[in-house]
Amino acid sequence: MSYRVHVRVVPRAGLLDPQGQAVEHALAALGFAGARGVRIGRAIELQVDAPSPEGAEAAARQMCDRLLANPVTEDYSVEVEA
Amino acid sequence: MLRVAVVRFPGSNCDWDALHAARRAGADSYFVWHRDTGLQQADVVILPGGFSYGDYLRAGAIARFSPVMQAVQRHAADGGAVLGICNGFQILCEAGLLPGALMRNDRLTFVSRPVWIRVERSETVCTNAYPRGTELRIPVAHGDGRYVADAHTLRMLEAEGRVVLRYVRGENPNGSVADIAGVCNPAGTVVGFMPHPERASEAVTGSDVGAGFFRSLVAWAPAGADRVNP
Repeated sequence: MSYRVHVRVVPRAGLLDPQGQAVEHALAALGFAGARGVRIGRAIELQVDAPSPEGAEAAARQMCDRLLANPVTEDYSVEVEA
Repeated sequence: MLRVAVVRFPGSNCDWDALHAARRAGADSYFVWHRDTGLQQADVVILPGGFSYGDYLRAGAIARFSPVMQAVQRHAADGGAVLGICNGFQILCEAGLLPGALMRNDRLTFVSRPVWIRVERSETVCTNAYPRGTELRIPVAHGDGRYVADAHTLRMLEAEGRVVLRYVRGENPNGSVADIAGVCNPAGTVVGFMPHPERASEAVTGSDVGAGFFRSLVAWAPAGADRVNP
C-alpha cells in the first residue's frame, strides 16, 4: 500500500521565531489585531509505501528524526491520510 | 608539511579563500569534492562557508549526508582536526559533530560586516595562536547564525570550556545565546564558528588579524601524535 503523509515541522515552543514575529506584526498592520502566537515552520507532503497506516507513520517519524526536523530546534507532527 | 583538505559542496563559496589562507600559513592545502570518499591523508579538514545544497531544508542539513562526510566523521573520531567556518559550522552541528544548532538571525536580515569577537579558548587546533581573551575584528556573513542549544548543553559547554569564540558584548549580530560565536568538541580538535577569518587573513583584504587561525593549524601538535608526513 501507499499512503499520503503530511509532516508539519515547527520551531520548538520557547525558541525565538523571528519569522513568526514579523508576520504577526504584518497581520496587526493589516488590522488583524487579534492574531497572536504566530509560528512559522514548514509542511512536507510525501507518498510512503508501507504495509499499513501505522507503518507509514513510523517510517515518516524516522525520516523526521534523521532529516526532516532538527531535534535541537524543531518539533514535528505526522498525519497519514486514510 | 601539514595537509589541509578543503571540502567543496555544491554551493560552497569560501572554498578558495580558505584554501589560500591555509596555503599562506604554510600548509599543503587542496580541494576534495563532496562525492569523494577519502580525504587524501589530510591532517586537517576545513568545511568552508557558503550555501551548500542551496541551504535547502535547513542550512547544512543535506550536506551532512554527502559521501565525504562519512570520511570526515571517521577522521574526527580518530582525533583528526576539523574546522567548520560559517556553513561549515552549520554542517558540523547538523552532523552531530558539535552540539547545538544555528537558526535564523533574530532580526531576519542577512548580516555581512566585521564584528568584534573574543577568543575564549586558546587550546584548540585553530586558536592556539591567540592568547585567551584576545579580541579580534572579523567579518561575519550569514542569515542563519543564531546559535541555540538546550540548557543542559549550554551548562556543559561553559563548564568544559568549549565556547571557543564569543561576540564581544553589544556586538552579537544574530541573537546567539550567551553571545556564542563558536564551539568545539572536548579535545578542541573539532571546531566550528560563524565568523570568517579567511576573509581577514591578508593585508590586501583590509585586515590580516584572522591569519592566526590558519597559523594555529600549522603550529598545532597534539601530545604524543606522530604527524610527520612521508
